[in-house]
Amino acid sequence: MRLQITHETRYTYEQPARSIMQILRLTPRNHDGQHVVRWRIEPGAEGKLTSGSDHFGNIVHVFSADESVQDLAIVAVGEVETSDVAGIVRQAVERVPDGCYLRSTISTEADEAIRAFAEKQRDGAGRTLPTLHNLMEAVHGAIRFDRDPTSTSTTAAEAFALGLGVCQDLSHVFIAAARHLGIPARYVSGYVLPPEGVVMQQAGHAWAEGLVPDLGWVGFDPTHLTCPTPSHVRVAIGLDSSEAAPIRGSRRGGGGETMAVRLTVEPAPGGQYQRQE
Amino acid sequence: MLIDSFDEMNGRPGSAEVRPPYASLRKWLDDTSAETFDARRDQAEHFFRRVGITFAVYGDNESSERLIPFDVIPRVLMKSEWDFLERGLKQRVTALNAFLADIYGPQECLRAGIVPSDLIFQNPQYRLEMKDVAVPHNIYVHIAGVDVVRVGENDFYVLEDNARTPSGVSYMLENREVMMRLFPELFMSHRVAPVENYPDALLATLRSVAPIRQSRDAVVTLLTPGRYNSAYYEHSFLADKLGVELVEASDLFVKDDVVYMRTTQGPTQVDVIYRRIDDDFIDPLAFRPDSVLGVPGLINAYKAGNVTLANAIGTGISDDKAVYTYMPDIVRFFTGQEPLLQNVPTWRCREPDSLSYVLDNLGELVVKEVAGSGGYGMLVGPHATKAEIEDFARKIRHSPEGFIAQPTLSLSTCPTFAASGVAPRHVDLRPFVLSGSDEIRIVPGGLTRVALKEGSLVVNSSQGGGTKDTWVLDGGS
Repeated sequence: MRLQITHETRYTYEQPARSIMQILRLTPRNHDGQHVVRWRIEPGAEGKLTSGSDHFGNIVHVFSADESVQDLAIVAVGEVETSDVAGIVRQAVERVPDGCYLRSTISTEADEAIRAFAEKQRDGAGRTLPTLHNLMEAVHGAIRFDRDPTSTSTTAAEAFALGLGVCQDLSHVFIAAARHLGIPARYVSGYVLPPEGVVMQQAGHAWAEGLVPDLGWVGFDPTHLTCPTPSHVRVAIGLDSSEAAPIRGSRRGGGGETMAVRLTVEPAPGGQYQRQE
Repeated sequence: MLIDSFDEMNGRPGSAEVRPPYASLRKWLDDTSAETFDARRDQAEHFFRRVGITFAVYGDNESSERLIPFDVIPRVLMKSEWDFLERGLKQRVTALNAFLADIYGPQECLRAGIVPSDLIFQNPQYRLEMKDVAVPHNIYVHIAGVDVVRVGENDFYVLEDNARTPSGVSYMLENREVMMRLFPELFMSHRVAPVENYPDALLATLRSVAPIRQSRDAVVTLLTPGRYNSAYYEHSFLADKLGVELVEASDLFVKDDVVYMRTTQGPTQVDVIYRRIDDDFIDPLAFRPDSVLGVPGLINAYKAGNVTLANAIGTGISDDKAVYTYMPDIVRFFTGQEPLLQNVPTWRCREPDSLSYVLDNLGELVVKEVAGSGGYGMLVGPHATKAEIEDFARKIRHSPEGFIAQPTLSLSTCPTFAASGVAPRHVDLRPFVLSGSDEIRIVPGGLTRVALKEGSLVVNSSQGGGTKDTWVLDGGS
């Protein structure tokens, strides 16, 4: 499937902000099942954009604005060709030793409740893949999608106790539980063509990956109860959402800020998807 | 309760023998009247109050700042003892730097099985950001404050390596200054090795590790979290002694991966940052996003090789108490020599056999949290109540990997002023080891901390410990 993505993040500050510096993890890479046809980052202010990669292998742009800015839009736009690999991630850039993905972080720490929950998902024969499938199903059932009660800093334990959350929260709970079971797991930020079709989305998507012996990294999307399909575009990985966040920024002054995301993921015109229709 | 400890003055507690380095101090103690000592101790306290050398204690409701008690009786080491310690410290810090360069580089010690890789990889102090980053001159621990305890005439153990942002060196310097003012005659009759050159040694060390660049002198700054930090006094004291700018995060900014300091003459490029702020807070774009104490973009500038951070990011992994237990093997692996300084034998509660031994013998052991510091989160078995021991046993059972246990060491004692007169009190020693690109520098001695409560083995200033001047006597006595 060929997907066309336009992802705009717009910051509005109460007063002009200076020394804006933003770390952007907004650029997908190639791996089996995903080919980036074209992609670019367009900052909506004068400044300098440099690119490199971080310790996970994510492509990172650093944007620094020259002047004071009161309204800043960062746009990532491009096309990605995807194919069905059953959620198995091969030929991706891997820089961090697998064992590091067992480390718990503030947002992915398993509390008593998550540990007990995780234990119930163990496959009877001790196999990793079925355990992760059980876990995906259980997380999907345990947390109802609700945008209101959680924020970007909600921890897995908090979301699990609430039983409510967004894709970030479901992914954190999945990761916390998997790590408790001794399965290396990590956070993925990316895009998805929603099952209901083309809509204006107000946030990117997130899911998790677990390491399966002999198979490698396998994606699990507990929000949509599926392993990643050709509708998913994988952008950045990390131990938790803070490390894979699309944008991390700092500034001086500016007062309060509002952030608005306008994201569309749609089949590219003339792409394979349309021909199949 | 004083267990059978080595006494720095008498050898054995209560012995009439006086060890050679203390011979004339003993006489000084005998010949000086109680009134004189009382007056001198008052003067010392006035001195410390006037210079404002205080220490903030977290979680203390009564006062947020207090003086660390100073004891006027010096702790003395013979030159020959110090020479041995110095060799051992240099060996240990050399190994530490090689170990850090290795785990953030080729990881040969993990492949060789010297240290289990899960212990490194799963520890948040192992900063993934630092993997394969070339730090200037390949030095990670520029300043180490190694805690050494003595349990016998020739037995020295390292308790902790303190490879992050060790503090206390201002006390070493101030203690000497106050002693020289109060008792000038002692320094006439003893050849005490000087410590006043510490700031020069530190500055030379910091300059030597600047990124390699053109001819101008390296610009060094000291980065403090600010006045609310418990060691703020030391930060301003050291910046003053070094003759470098004391800066907070808002005084620095990063442009095009270069760090600048705002000055009245405009921005000045900074080459070396002696940072007294933890990794987690140093750059909100790289670590904790809620940190207001950090410099945005600093880590990118660091990774680009445009600035040196002292100490490097990621040295906390070697302060982990579980990693500590592997130090003897780490020293052997990286130096090819037998360690001169011993490690305290340690049970790792993550290992089932050790765990059951520890739980069965809690009453005799010292148990520490692997990530703890400053004497917090620690059980001293012989001094604990039954309830405290039971409480700790529950914590250990709940997360064994979070704890290590050690035998209760009989730290050496040193004569100290107590309410009842001069009495033996347990001491440790924190020498400061400076690793530059040219050489390793250690001023003779270090900071002696003393547990003022009779029988107490906890010397931490946050737990009621005091300090003493530390003498290395040149030429015997």
